[in-house]
Amino acid sequence: MSLAHDLTPVSMPEDVTPEMLAGIDEICAANRGKPGALIPVLQKCQELVGYLPVPVQEHIADKLGVPGQEVFGVTTFYSFFSMKPRGRHTIRVCMGTACYVRGGKEVLERLERHLNIPVDTTTEDRRFTLEQVRCLGACGVAPVVVADQDTHRKVMADKIVDLVESYE
Amino acid sequence: MSHISISDLGEIQQRSERAQALRHGQPGVGSQRMHLLICGGTGCQAAGSLAVMNALRAEIAKQGLEEEIAVVETGCNGFCALGPVMVTYPEGIFYVNLEESDVAELVESHCKNGEPVERLLYKDPSTKKRIPHMRDIPFFALQRLIALKNRSMLDAESIDEYIGRGGYQGMAKALKEMSPEDIVAEVKKSGLRGRGGAGFPTGLKWEFCQKAVGDTKYVLCNADEGDPGAFMDRSILEADPHSVVEGMVIAAKAIGSHHGYVYCRAEYPLAVHRLQLAIDQAKQYGLLGENILDTGFDFDLRIYQGAGAFVCGEETALMRSIEGKRGMPRPRPPFPAQAGLWNKPTILNNVETWANIAQIITNGGDWYASIGTEGSKGTKVFALTGHVNNIGLVEVPMGTPLRTIIYEIGEGIPKKHRKFKAVQLGGPSGGCIPEEHLDTLCDYEDIAKAGAIMGSGGMIVMDDSTCMVDMARFFMEFVQDESCGKCTPCREGTRRMLQILEKITEGKGVPEDIDTLEELAEMIQQGSLCGLGQTGPNPVLSTLRYFRDEYMAHVVDKKCPARSCVALLEFKVDVDKCKQCGLCFKNCPVDAISWKKKEPASIDLDKCIKCKTCLDNCKYDAIY
Ligand SMILES: Cc1cc2nc3c(=O)[nH]c(=O)nc-3n(C[C@H](O)[C@H](O)[C@H](O)COP(=O)(O)O)c2cc1C
Ligand code: SF4
Ligand code: SF4
Ligand code: SF4
Ligand code: FES
Ligand code: FES
Repeated sequence: MSLAHDLTPVSMPEDVTPEMLAGIDEICAANRGKPGALIPVLQKCQELVGYLPVPVQEHIADKLGVPGQEVFGVTTFYSFFSMKPRGRHTIRVCMGTACYVRGGKEVLERLERHLNIPVDTTTEDRRFTLEQVRCLGACGVAPVVVADQDTHRKVMADKIVDLVESYE
Repeated sequence: MSHISISDLGEIQQRSERAQALRHGQPGVGSQRMHLLICGGTGCQAAGSLAVMNALRAEIAKQGLEEEIAVVETGCNGFCALGPVMVTYPEGIFYVNLEESDVAELVESHCKNGEPVERLLYKDPSTKKRIPHMRDIPFFALQRLIALKNRSMLDAESIDEYIGRGGYQGMAKALKEMSPEDIVAEVKKSGLRGRGGAGFPTGLKWEFCQKAVGDTKYVLCNADEGDPGAFMDRSILEADPHSVVEGMVIAAKAIGSHHGYVYCRAEYPLAVHRLQLAIDQAKQYGLLGENILDTGFDFDLRIYQGAGAFVCGEETALMRSIEGKRGMPRPRPPFPAQAGLWNKPTILNNVETWANIAQIITNGGDWYASIGTEGSKGTKVFALTGHVNNIGLVEVPMGTPLRTIIYEIGEGIPKKHRKFKAVQLGGPSGGCIPEEHLDTLCDYEDIAKAGAIMGSGGMIVMDDSTCMVDMARFFMEFVQDESCGKCTPCREGTRRMLQILEKITEGKGVPEDIDTLEELAEMIQQGSLCGLGQTGPNPVLSTLRYFRDEYMAHVVDKKCPARSCVALLEFKVDVDKCKQCGLCFKNCPVDAISWKKKEPASIDLDKCIKCKTCLDNCKYDAIY
């Protein structure tokens, strides 16, 4: 992974507040030196900040006392981690087999058209981040869409526009 | 209560005898007159079951019935598509599609007057008749529950209810009465094979680890459930988390381990929550932790949340991931039984596998081995989804014919104008089985002979509106996305295969592409390190085996016979077939269709966004 080298040093994004950094320091301090702690630490930090921009990752590496490479290696490997700022609402469309077969693909296409963004990006006004996921384990009520924490069942293409519009 | 003994276990069980008798249909009295068990699994919660449950509790309180009627929140009942679902006891009446507005009538009619509410009962899709009793509904009638024994029978958040149904007795027996060798022997006798995909004999795996030398050993549970379309592991964790905990302690004793992890994906928050609760409760009772049941045996168990990578379900990758690294598979040997997590001897089993263990110990390996077929013992849980009437989780004895599952339990294809085309088994490592092989028995060997695999038990039924080339493309996209990139054949080969399949579905394929697909498939299978690459080409090979015609139609005639590949559709109305019903017109989101009464529809191609809504709506196949 040459990612760390490709990126010229950047300063901390403005939306990462000093309070957030203090929170990160606390999480790191509690886990420094513990075997296997990196992924849970990153999960907690992402929950705190909303995403993991490179400077935040460097900060975490520093505080945990592990090489930056190791942190980048992990964040780029797991789909749970996001390096780009996120929208206020995350809309995740399931593209697992059961959902795909029952119309998930059409739901996603309709959403991409409606929000005017491709999947895995955020609208310019940062209202929505659109993602696809591989099976949420709710295949019995396919097709499934998760908006923030709410699971919506049997979401057909003609319902999806109204559904997302209900999220301010 | 803290740190209970074996006799306490019996006492707790006795205390709930009344409640259990009620749920087995015996008339109740007083505070145990009636139990309403409403599903709080993920599917039903998405349909609003919690609101219904709260309304139900409020109404019962309002009517002053709290002393007689208990409302219990269970985990997934298996029939998610009809959620929110509820079962009433002692009658065993099954309600479906409940809404808050139904609650007042339910309490008045069912709870007070003893008259079930007809309109909320299950309606059989073929006979259109209402069936009140759960046991009479074909979906349930033909199942045999072992791994799902407690589903919709208990409050998933109560350890006492689990103990009430005989829970932790298997563990007590293993810890008190059995040697590690006895435990392994019993599991071997049962013939249980791992339910995570490959079907490796569980007892044998434990034996290897038991014999491995090492002070520290680990017991792991694979709750990553990466296969798209499968949800049995989630369901077990949400409905019956203690069954997994109990199984793991038994194995710990068998191999001499004192630490365990459940590797659960972060996309399963409710499962993580209920499992954590179960672990906490078990600890409080001294059923986990130090000196379990005063036997001197210690075992602690923790949850580790995955971060979203399919390949982490592979055992060596999963162990790496717990170590906090990129979850990349490594070559074997050494096998995890010798050098697994942190290089210590380790066993990993799937959630469903764990859910069988306690019952095997309680009832004996012979009991388990008496169910199923020669080579595949016991039962298997399938996630029956796709184009089938009854969608849900189904547990049947090994050896049940596919046709029985799809046509009797599943009650066939929902749309009359559609025909069965294939059933996909085994997810991205599996394959499709066509109509002519529907009498295949569900057993590891027979399914493999028919060109698919058992896998984790995803069973996706597809009617003739599904394009098999597109399905192959779908799975290849999955594999390509999820390849960890370590082996070149897997990384590059699957990319090439995907590109070719995309080309074919876009109408740009040539006949030679099919040979290239076959060559690439072989190369990837042979040159890949882990199961992902080794089995990734299977969906392509199996569709080529049974549906080569469909590939040829795409590359030669530039047609998609299932009318699914958008680039090959024309979106015109066949005026001879059009019955002038107007449904397409009413549903087109961009008003691209014109239609008047008694006139066939017509489509304005400039406006049409090719969304296929009209295709799905037209019952007469008039749009092509
Ligand atoms: C790419 C890949 C993904 C896998 N994903 C899972 C999974 O999500 N859940 C699971 O239980 N097993 C999965 N397996 C199988 C496991 O590696 C392992 O064989 C299994 O968990 C062992 O448990 P069992 O013997 O009880 O089946 C996967 C295997 C491969 C190669
Ligand atoms: S076969 Fe694919 S997923 Fe498996 S180790 Fe190789 S590159 Fe990674
Ligand atoms: S494909 Fe969609 S947009 Fe085109 S005519 Fe049919 S319904 Fe309208
Ligand atoms: S839905 Fe089909 S039959 Fe009905 S008007 Fe449209 S094309 Fe004709
Ligand atoms: S396939 Fe969408 S929830 Fe499983
Ligand atoms: S979630 Fe309620 S039946 Fe499955």
